[in-house]
Amino acid sequence: MTQLAIIDSGGANIASLRFALERIGADCVVTKDSKVLRESSHVLLPGVGAAADCMARLRDAGLIDTIRGLRQPLLGICVGMQLLYESSEEGDVVCLGLLPGRVQRVQPDAGLPIPHMGWNQLEFEQSAPLLHDIHPGDYVYFVHSYCAPVSEATLARCTYGSSFSAIVQRGNVYGAQFHPERSASVGSQLLRNFMRI
Amino acid sequence: MRFRDHVVVGDILELAQRYRDEGADELVFYDITASPEGRSVDRSWVRRVARVLDIPFCVAGGIRSVADAEEVLGEGAEKISINSPALADPDLITRLSTRFGAQCVVVGIDSQTVDGTYQVYQYTGDPNRSRNTARRTIDWVREAQERGAGEIVLNCMASDGVRRGYDIAQLAAVRRECTVPLIASGGAGAPEHFVEVFRSANVDGALAASVFHSGSLPIPTLKSFLREASIEIRP
Repeated sequence: MTQLAIIDSGGANIASLRFALERIGADCVVTKDSKVLRESSHVLLPGVGAAADCMARLRDAGLIDTIRGLRQPLLGICVGMQLLYESSEEGDVVCLGLLPGRVQRVQPDAGLPIPHMGWNQLEFEQSAPLLHDIHPGDYVYFVHSYCAPVSEATLARCTYGSSFSAIVQRGNVYGAQFHPERSASVGSQLLRNFMRI
Repeated sequence: MRFRDHVVVGDILELAQRYRDEGADELVFYDITASPEGRSVDRSWVRRVARVLDIPFCVAGGIRSVADAEEVLGEGAEKISINSPALADPDLITRLSTRFGAQCVVVGIDSQTVDGTYQVYQYTGDPNRSRNTARRTIDWVREAQERGAGEIVLNCMASDGVRRGYDIAQLAAVRRECTVPLIASGGAGAPEHFVEVFRSANVDGALAASVFHSGSLPIPTLKSFLREASIEIRP
C-alpha cells in the first residue's frame, strides 16, 4: 500500500506540498517520527530556507540517521534536494551525503538576477520512470540561490546562465530542484510518477 | 488580484481557478486596505486558495511580523509581499528573510516622480492616508535587497490603472540597481505593453490586474502574442 510521508522539516512549503499530493489523490502524513518514516512506502523531504537551518532542524529532530537509512523511494525538493548531497556551500554545511558532490551558489551570466525565480525549461540527460510523460522543454517553477552541479545522477538539467541539476536520481534517492507542488501539470506528473515508483 | 471592496471567498476561488486554467504564471493577492486600516489580511481564504492552485502565489497586505508571515506561509502561500510595514520597520525585511529565506520575501514599492526623482509612497491603499515618504526609490530598492528581499515589485503609481503602458523609464532605472528579480506593475493595457516592458526594461515579470479582471485581454491571447514576439514564456 502506498503511504507517503512528508518529513516535517519546518520549511514553509510543507502545506503547499501536502495540498499538491491531495490533488493527485495521494494519502500522506507530515511527520518527524522516525518510525512512521521508516514504515512509509515513499518519503518526501521538502525544504525552504537556508541549508544549514534545515540540517539543524533535521538533527534536532533526530532524523539524520533515519533519512540516511531509508531504503524506500526518497524525494528531496528544492533545498530538500540540496540536503541529499555531501555538503553545501550555503553556510558551508555537511549534508546527508546520499548523493556525491557539493551544492554551490547559482552562477549565472553577469546580469541575471539571484535568486533564480521563475518558470524555466527542463533539458533531459537520461530517461527514467520519474520522467514518465514529462518532456524536454517542459516548464517548471524554480526558486533558489544554490544548486547542484550536473553529474551522473542528473536526469534533467536546467540552464540559467549556466547548467545545473533540475531532477536527479541515484538508486532510491530522488531530487527535484524546482517546486513540483507549484509547477502546474508537469509538477503534478512528477509527483504522480514518484508515487508509482 | 486587487480587491478594494469586500470580495467573498467564493469569488476569490473562482478567479484563482480561472487564472490557473488560463495559464497565469503566478498570482498575487493584494488586500490593499489592510495596512492603512491597521489590520492584517483575513487568512481564511489563503488555505482554500492554496488547495486549488498549482502555480505559485503571493499574499500581500498587512503582514507586519514574522508571526504574520508564518501564518500565511503555513496556510500554503509561496511568498509574502510587504510594502507599507517594511517602510515603517525596514528591519522586518531582514527578519523575514532570515527566517524564511529571501525567496519568500517580496518587497512591493509604490513609486512616482517628485521634483525630478522617483520617490516612495506609503499607505497607497487609502487615498486619505497615502503619503510621500521622501525616500528615493533607488535608495529603497538598494536597502531592501541588502536586507534580504528576494524580489521587488515596482508599482509605478502614475501609470497604475490608466492602461497606457508600463513606466519603462522608471523600471529601466530601477533595473540597473536591482540584482534580484524585478516585477513591473502599473499600466498594462495591451499586449504591446508587455512586449515593451520585457524588451526595454528587462524585467523578470509583468504584473497586471484590471486588464485581466475585465476580460479585455485573455492570458492565452497575451501569451501567444509574447511568443510571436520571441519573448520566452511558459505556454
